[in-house]
Amino acid sequence: MNKVDEKLTANAVIAKTLDEATTSDPDLIVVTCDSRGSAGLVPFTNAHPDRTIEMGIAEQNAVTVAAGMAHEGMHPYVFSPASFLAMRAIEQVKVDVAFNHNNVKLIGISGGNSYTWLGNTHHSLNDVAITRAIPDLEVYQPCDKYQIKALFKYLLKSDKPAYVRIGKRKLDNVYHKDFHFTPGKAKVILPGKDVCLISTGETLYFALQAAKELVKDGIQAAVVDLASIKPLDTEMIAALAQKFNYLVTIEEHDVINGIGAAIACEVAQYGHAKLKILGFPDEPAIQGTQDEVFRYYGLDTAGIKKSVKSFLSE
Amino acid sequence: MNILELKKKAVALRKRTWQLIYNHQNGHTGSDLSCADILVALYYAVMNQNAENIGQKDIDTYIQSKGHAVEIWYEILADKGYIDRADLEKRYSTFNSPYIGHPTTEVKGMEFHTGSLGHGLGLGVGVALAAKMKQLRKHIYVLMGDGEQAEGSIWEAAMAAGNYNLDNLTAIIDHNDLQISGTTDSVMRSNPLSTKYRAFNWDVLEVNGNNMGDVVNILTKPNDTNKPRLIIANTVKGKGISAAENRADWHHKIPTATEYQAGLQELDAQMEALNNE
Repeated sequence: MNKVDEKLTANAVIAKTLDEATTSDPDLIVVTCDSRGSAGLVPFTNAHPDRTIEMGIAEQNAVTVAAGMAHEGMHPYVFSPASFLAMRAIEQVKVDVAFNHNNVKLIGISGGNSYTWLGNTHHSLNDVAITRAIPDLEVYQPCDKYQIKALFKYLLKSDKPAYVRIGKRKLDNVYHKDFHFTPGKAKVILPGKDVCLISTGETLYFALQAAKELVKDGIQAAVVDLASIKPLDTEMIAALAQKFNYLVTIEEHDVINGIGAAIACEVAQYGHAKLKILGFPDEPAIQGTQDEVFRYYGLDTAGIKKSVKSFLSE
Repeated sequence: MNILELKKKAVALRKRTWQLIYNHQNGHTGSDLSCADILVALYYAVMNQNAENIGQKDIDTYIQSKGHAVEIWYEILADKGYIDRADLEKRYSTFNSPYIGHPTTEVKGMEFHTGSLGHGLGLGVGVALAAKMKQLRKHIYVLMGDGEQAEGSIWEAAMAAGNYNLDNLTAIIDHNDLQISGTTDSVMRSNPLSTKYRAFNWDVLEVNGNNMGDVVNILTKPNDTNKPRLIIANTVKGKGISAAENRADWHHKIPTATEYQAGLQELDAQMEALNNE
């Protein structure tokens, strides 16, 4: 395999990107919650012990302490499983980070269903719903290594608080190395006219594969990347809701208040399109590998195809 | 400012706080009066911070974790020239005012929005850690309530402060033994606090938090322990107004017209006694 197209985990890309950024940002630090191993940060923390603040298994305090450090001009990146960062520590995120405008970047690792058989205590299938409801907090869910690099190029310069949700899978490549990330902008990555698939994070690749295969069935599906969940590209979504008769959202998230709900809100106000929301149902998720679970809930390529075909024939 | 002048300042600011709360019919009266002496000591005798240099390098940080005792803080910031007193007295607790019932960063002098309890100590740990990393010569003061000690996040922060030997951090507990529903011992027993914090690697001192001389002495005592310092300030909720003293219901009770007049007379008598010292 060509080295340029080597598949990497989001963790590995982030750790390397932050390591490179230490040369230009003397205030960059990582804050960990006994999470340096699961965050893939061991090479970083070994190379930069003076930039590593270990907070122990105490996510609430990690977020608050990071806020205090940001207040003093540091640039903290807090790494913790998405489930704990966006749920247990959410009041600290709301008050100490977002409301106080402290420049803390919250990196929710092992997001969605990626803890597989560790079960629902560890899954974060509600994190987007919660974080996107908090004023002054940006929310991103990148899909591949090029987008992660580009997103972090932005985050490293931004003074705004942000939550980034990543998973554990080795990511398929959607973009190329010259990809440029613009916050607040959705991106059409495949043109089409019959239906528009909107996805984010790891499910975007499956949506793209489904769209490519749907051509054989005579369906020209557009695909839109919604890595920037907040700020939301309401302008483009309104345009899509007017242009297309059918929109389908796909996410590794509960169907309640994820990106499907965000799109629904725009469609109901500005468009005429029919909308289908694909995600995890409002129940404790079934256990299994991520592939098995995606298949079960119809979030893999075959499942997305099936849902699109059935939706268009309704 | 000598101790007598500080005592007079505390009485004068209690009076302004009493007036502010009565005039606008809003405020945490008992909580304000409880910690008034601690705040006066910090702002007029202890901290290296003023309206001109706040936020600059090496300047001390004050974080009020028990955010609800905000009226006494407003009056101190007004008296010290951080904010305009006429503006405060006009707009306090009115529509779209920055002077609300909890500290906000819209008010000069307040570096953090607080009020949701259990956050201030962790913020102080963050500031103290950053100050160590940046080799700043500043000290961080955090005021907490005793009812607030039931918040679990405080103990996460206490553990981290002890773990990182944050001797540039002083936490003060306004230990008046009362919270909104009753005594702290009846609501959730956090006592004894000294042994708990010592077990978390803190240097713990205790003081009469309404005795100005003692408060100033303890807050200016050098810390050579290589540990964060906790000062348990034993106080009287509602201190200075006899009707409000040691009464849980005065946590945020507003004085009646009669109580208000009696309170003013009491404070005036205290000032007269100090003037005769």
